[in-house]
Amino acid sequence: MVALRFLREGGMQTALILAGVAGGVAVIVFLTALIDQLQTAIVQRTLGSQSHIVVRMPDDANRGVLSADEAQGRVIEPRAQRLRGLDQWESTQRLLAATPGVVAVSPLASGPAFAQRGEAIKSVAIMGIEPEQYRRIVSLDTDLVRGRYQVGGTDALIGTELAKDLGLAVGDKFRLATPEGREQTMTVTGVFDIGVRDLNRRWVFTTLRVAQSLLDLPGSVTQLDLKVADLFGAEVTAQRIAAATGLKAESWMQTNGQLLAGLRNQTVTSRLIRIFVTIIVAVGIASVLVVSVVQKTRQIGILRAMGARRDQVRSIFLLQGGLVGLIGALAGAVLAVVLILVFSQIYRNADGSFLIEPRVEPLLLLSSMLVAFVTGLVSAWLPARRAALMDPVAAIRHD
Amino acid sequence: MTEPGPAHRGEVIRLAGVRRTYNAGTPVATEVLHGIDLVLQAGEFAALIGPSGSGKSTLLNTIGLLERPTEGRVEIAGRDTAALGDDALTALRGQTIGFVFQFHHLIPAFTALENVMMPAVIAAGGEPPEARSRAAELLRRVGLAEKAGKKSGELSGGQQQRVAIARALMLHPALILADEPTGNLDTHTADEVFALLREFNRDHGSACLVVTHDPRLAARCDRAIELVDGYVVADRAVRAAPVA
Repeated sequence: MVALRFLREGGMQTALILAGVAGGVAVIVFLTALIDQLQTAIVQRTLGSQSHIVVRMPDDANRGVLSADEAQGRVIEPRAQRLRGLDQWESTQRLLAATPGVVAVSPLASGPAFAQRGEAIKSVAIMGIEPEQYRRIVSLDTDLVRGRYQVGGTDALIGTELAKDLGLAVGDKFRLATPEGREQTMTVTGVFDIGVRDLNRRWVFTTLRVAQSLLDLPGSVTQLDLKVADLFGAEVTAQRIAAATGLKAESWMQTNGQLLAGLRNQTVTSRLIRIFVTIIVAVGIASVLVVSVVQKTRQIGILRAMGARRDQVRSIFLLQGGLVGLIGALAGAVLAVVLILVFSQIYRNADGSFLIEPRVEPLLLLSSMLVAFVTGLVSAWLPARRAALMDPVAAIRHD
Repeated sequence: MTEPGPAHRGEVIRLAGVRRTYNAGTPVATEVLHGIDLVLQAGEFAALIGPSGSGKSTLLNTIGLLERPTEGRVEIAGRDTAALGDDALTALRGQTIGFVFQFHHLIPAFTALENVMMPAVIAAGGEPPEARSRAAELLRRVGLAEKAGKKSGELSGGQQQRVAIARALMLHPALILADEPTGNLDTHTADEVFALLREFNRDHGSACLVVTHDPRLAARCDRAIELVDGYVVADRAVRAAPVA
């Protein structure tokens, strides 16, 4: 009660510091929500055309004839890597599917080829898939702009760029040829736009069987694509798989090192901003309360003379800090929600979808408010201590 | 008072050989009180007089348990205070002693009524059920019933001092310590405030120790204790003047 009255009496001071806390909390909530959402969007866009983990045969390596002790000098020239199939991939697939954290596994037989129609020849990558399984890794079906998600027989799904380059429409035929001279006539059943121009030009999806015969990989696949539940745990899962199977397992975190570094930098930046804002808010609350303690010296003395114990005096000021933190945080949370709503309405993607969704994690709001409350208590500690330790006689005489 | 408070009996104050030294143990050590012996019985109304710097305030603060003596024994309401810790001392102070200061020292954030209730709120750590009605009754007694909802800034000096007296009486203290309670009031208002103190002393039985410079007021007390240079130089009964 006393704390509340002191705050109300503080008038302008209280209003200013509340505004400070509210601003701080709003900045923290808004920035965190913004950065989180943008990061999620970037990761989703990047991983829209990628599996989380790719499992392949290990690279061919040179084996030295001499051991290191015997050798006078060793020059190891890296070997050219040939296209190698994963033998026994069905059992490996079953094993991987049973690995904890793995959501989906899909085989892929992939290799280089030329797509040819009339005079036009384009270098492409054959992507032999099991359509139903692959859909769970890359949602190709939702990326289709024309035709159907149908891959069977000699059906082929091609990207928008390749369709333009070769002048292909749904129902048209073209030839797929490999450097070794094998070839197959394909029928376009669908055209996709996966969001990456280069992939739209290079990827030709066909059945596993067609790919196997063109690439001379009878009954084999070149890789298994995996999807995991915990996106940022992909690397750990990949290492576990590599250790368990002896195969090479690469997570998206390895293949997108720069993206990951960028995300980490962003996270560090946002954390730094949060820390500094919190410190500034704490200093603000503390300075207002220090002034308040000095201003109320005589009142503190009187309260002590009337029988208020040191801990009662201390709690008056601690509570003021906590209240400022809490009330400021409430206002800040409201402000942050308004900011996010306004921001999401103003800034949209080219297609009109939200750049950031007009929503805030309740957990983020709660945790920010908790931090503000605790910050208030902590920053009130020194002023409260000062008030509690005041000598009542000196305090009452204070002018 | 319409409601009788707890009856106070026996000695309210007993000081024996009380000395107070400031900066003890340093080259600038100054002894302000030189072995004070003093007894105040329940219901007594005494003036503490003496020139500035004679140690009146120090003595009052020592009796009020705001300062500890360097030497000697302080018993308040029959309890020896030497062994009490800070919290116990604070509790004893809250229960036994009501303070009235020269400057009223009301808490500006609160209304007159809430200021009067404050000692009860502090003692209970919250608002006790009877506090509000008792505070209202006390305000009525000091003639400020209609000002109960006003903040202290909206009251005149005399009104503020009357609120402070009501506050000092909130917990039926055995002892009221008043440090120049009328020091900053005009003569007429000072008389009114002083009359109030006498009235409560008579009706309620609270002992009163009033520090004052005003010989007119001292003359209206039952007893005058004169302090000079830290010694009690005179302690005499005063023939009670008629109360206004």
